[in-house]
Amino acid sequence: MKKTIVIILLAAFGYFMATTFLDPEFEKHRNQNGVKNGYLEKTVSELKSANTVTSIIVSFRGFDTLGEVTVLFLAASALGSVLFKKRHHVGERSILLPASSIVSTGAKLLFPAIILLGVYVFIHGHLTPGGGFQGGTIIATGFLLMLIAYRNFSISHNVLSVIESLAGILFVVIGLLGFMNGGTFLQNFMPTGSLNNLFSGGIIPIIYILVGFKVATELTGLIYTILHEKG
Amino acid sequence: MSYLVLIIGFLLLILIGAAIYAVYQRDLLYAVIATGIINLVLTALFFILQAPDVALTEAAIGVALTTIIFIITIRNTVRFEDEHDNKNQKSKPE
Repeated sequence: MKKTIVIILLAAFGYFMATTFLDPEFEKHRNQNGVKNGYLEKTVSELKSANTVTSIIVSFRGFDTLGEVTVLFLAASALGSVLFKKRHHVGERSILLPASSIVSTGAKLLFPAIILLGVYVFIHGHLTPGGGFQGGTIIATGFLLMLIAYRNFSISHNVLSVIESLAGILFVVIGLLGFMNGGTFLQNFMPTGSLNNLFSGGIIPIIYILVGFKVATELTGLIYTILHEKG
Repeated sequence: MSYLVLIIGFLLLILIGAAIYAVYQRDLLYAVIATGIINLVLTALFFILQAPDVALTEAAIGVALTTIIFIITIRNTVRFEDEHDNKNQKSKPE
């Protein structure tokens, strides 16, 4: 009965969402502003970044990205403060069953490939789909696989937090360096190179590498904390 | 074009079916796997609708991390939905 009510409420919510977004008026208002064309032109002419989505996220709306990274950091530290205990039994994950040899061999085989894919995704964030968040979560997935497959696989929590803090501080420092030439926070101050090259897009690749490290270490630390929590 | 619409409609049907299954299933482990299927179908939909950035995020967070975190939670708590309520009712009189 309760579940049926939930489904009916969700269907009503979906109906109102659909009527809002499929409304012809909504479409008309959306096309009126000229921000879209400005982004598309400036991405190619000024930033020389092949991926427009990335240039909006990191450059035009870079301050929002800093906010998102902060939100993720706060969520991870809140979880850590709730679940953290003095660990007398480090390296012992009693809630998991020992993995079979197929899982542990496959994990050993896949782990470098997953890490490489994650690094590729965030280094090529300004050229191909993806970026810091996506690459970071892919790396965290690789560490999760290793933590599940090997019960004595341990990561130093201090190393994780040092990398995470360094990445966060460098993000803000690079943002502040934008003030150097009389610009604004997170303004591009580096040579942009030419379109479709790896070394192009100004500060976008650097910021995405930092975001990738930050997200990867945060999510790995989060999973590590959850796995060591004794229920 | 019509093939694309057919594929999207088929994927949406799977999505709605898995969502209803996840709500009605009392075994929470099965419900979590159904949620994983929803996220997998969403990844395919985002890719078809030309949003590969969102598809990558959905694949990494939705399919892998969320599912695993929920499975760990189920292992730490209870697996069946009514178990917790019954425990509370039994412990109240004592």
